[in-house]
Amino acid sequence: MKLKSALFGTTYHFRDVKEVLAKANEEKSGDQLAGIAAADAKERMAAKLVLADLTLADIRNHPLLPPETDEVSRVIEQSVNEKMYAEIRNWTVAELREYLLRQETGESDIRRISRGLTSEMVAACAKLMSNLDLIQAASKIEVRTHCNITIGQKGVLAGRAQPNHPTDSIQGIKASLFEALSYGIGDAVIGINPVIDSAESVRNILQETKEVMAKWQIPTQNCVLAHVKTQMKAIRQGAPADLVFQSLAGTEAGNKAFGIDVALLDEADELIRREGTGTGPNVWYFETGQGSELSAEAHHGIDQVTLEARCYGLARKYKPFIVNTVVGFIGPEYLYDSKQVIRAGLEDHFMGKLQQLPMGVDVCYTNHMKADQNDMDNLAVLLAAAGVNYLIGVAMADDCMLNYQSTSYHDIATLREMLQLRPAPEFERWLVRMGIMENGKLTPLAGDPTLFM
Amino acid sequence: MDRTAEMERLVDRVMELLESKLSPASQHPSPPWPAEPAAGVAEADEADTEAGGESRKVPNPRWEEGMRELLSSTPARIGVWRAGTRPLTSEMLKFRCDHAAAVDSIYGEVDPGLLEAFGLFTVETRFGNTENYLKRPDMGRIVNEEGAALIRSRCRMKPQVQIVVSDGLSANAIDDNLRDIYPSLLDSLQSYGLAAGTPFFVRGGRVAVMDHIGELLRPEALVLLIGERPGLVSSRSMSAYMCYRPRQGTVESDRTVISNIHRRGTPPVEAGAYIGAVLKKMMEQKASGVNLEL
Repeated sequence: MKLKSALFGTTYHFRDVKEVLAKANEEKSGDQLAGIAAADAKERMAAKLVLADLTLADIRNHPLLPPETDEVSRVIEQSVNEKMYAEIRNWTVAELREYLLRQETGESDIRRISRGLTSEMVAACAKLMSNLDLIQAASKIEVRTHCNITIGQKGVLAGRAQPNHPTDSIQGIKASLFEALSYGIGDAVIGINPVIDSAESVRNILQETKEVMAKWQIPTQNCVLAHVKTQMKAIRQGAPADLVFQSLAGTEAGNKAFGIDVALLDEADELIRREGTGTGPNVWYFETGQGSELSAEAHHGIDQVTLEARCYGLARKYKPFIVNTVVGFIGPEYLYDSKQVIRAGLEDHFMGKLQQLPMGVDVCYTNHMKADQNDMDNLAVLLAAAGVNYLIGVAMADDCMLNYQSTSYHDIATLREMLQLRPAPEFERWLVRMGIMENGKLTPLAGDPTLFM
Repeated sequence: MDRTAEMERLVDRVMELLESKLSPASQHPSPPWPAEPAAGVAEADEADTEAGGESRKVPNPRWEEGMRELLSSTPARIGVWRAGTRPLTSEMLKFRCDHAAAVDSIYGEVDPGLLEAFGLFTVETRFGNTENYLKRPDMGRIVNEEGAALIRSRCRMKPQVQIVVSDGLSANAIDDNLRDIYPSLLDSLQSYGLAAGTPFFVRGGRVAVMDHIGELLRPEALVLLIGERPGLVSSRSMSAYMCYRPRQGTVESDRTVISNIHRRGTPPVEAGAYIGAVLKKMMEQKASGVNLEL
């Protein structure tokens, strides 16, 4: 394994694979905060040159975080198909990139080799890819999932209705939900972030959203994004949950900071399969985001792109219905500006899709980040071109509970009309029955939330 | 959407608890969000904020009365209508005005005249500049050497209550609220028989700068009035963080916070009075944060 490279008359020596992976990252404030980023543009390129020549076996044989000490590493290791790994173990990371991009490499070829990849290999590949590489490679990968309806088909752009309210008022949640539905949004999930993390409140919101679904016969699924333990309590008390949700980190210590571990996820998995109301087989919703491990001081000196890929390695175990990175939420100390957020959004989407996850993206920013709504417009178009499974729909993109900005009901409707994308088929048929959509376009009725009163 | 959101939820719950325990319910007759979601525009022209005007945006709603009901149920930007699939110009501009106010409050400076009026001298953390402040939260937690020397030379050591003001993520929050909160805080300290030390202003501070200042001055309790991360609903919101004997190694759960202090949240005059009551309890129980019974 060669860990040095010569560039512009200087020889760069790297200590180990961990350092190569960190320094090969595009510039991110989070890697700088962790003190592991490349010192300058030349060192970054020197690391990329080393990385391009590493083989996939080099990466697997030199684990960043040994399976003996970290359960996320164990989950990732156990998911590798050894036969498929044997076929590609001598490929360099450069060859993996080119394989994915080649015209003759089709969707099923990628699906096959993906079973021989670890999350670290997937991250390594992303570090050698340009933004357009990330878009094109991801666009080849179709990941369909089914809970109550199927989403993820090529040509489908679904939307999560996120009708949050600052005091969990049911009337207020319904008002934003009606607005979402009237724009054709809500096929991915009706998903509420509660203010009050109690089983009673979660149960109440699940019941009320189920009632709206039943009254209007809406083909979708509901979810309340409380802590998984709270949801489990609510489900045991009889709450109707189609999906169970949890935020994930890429290390065991990071998950501990979230108050979860694999045993708890296994327990929740068993519960939702036995007592959940979703048809399945996919009944999980996960969220992730670059920087969460560092903010919990649980990063072990590993860069945030690699850690994000490891979140997806963990998520894969549970065959989720939907997964999204909340890309610009964690703050400018991890992703400083729009350039870094756009890059991270494309990396995350690609890395998730390559691990066969049904990836959506919460295209978003906080007000102390150097980004604005125009940047979100840009990233949303790029992701729609990359075949993102779904985006987040918030009234005028302004979440009045979480105090950040995402994408709007209008934005998802616009992307669909402009790029010839459609809602999930079962949901579109429902929109047509409601008179909101015709031939893939919104009708004059669309945008009137009182349709649902 | 994990820890930060959970933190905010925690903060909100602490707030609710504080409000329910410290003030008669009748003082909070209004909903916890502003009557009009667009802060910038609303502040520029209060006359434009009638809810009746809002309901006319959707040209022929199926149920006019129902529309009014929906609009009054949430501060979310609903019933906004569209041009094709895009928002109407007025809604789009309203959103951008609110974002502009939020951004300007991060990059703004606190009015030096205001600090002078309250006799606050200024020290800086190691933040350097706003860009670095945003990228390196650790540097906003340490007062620089010059500032530490100034604090040692000008402040009374071991005060009962140390008051510190910092811009944090919103200079506007200080400009807007200090004039009201500060005198009411001093009054309430006096009425509870608590003695304040020498107050000062910290430019580029993070919440945990409390611990460094605690090491320098060794107060019994410290209250930090700091600008919050601006939202679109308000870019002028302040938090009051309080801690019993803040020192190096203090954990976040040892701090007590009153957040959402602004004209249309918790009014600053009221907040000043609460803080005195909370500090009094801290002194009695020799505890703060999750260990404090309010």
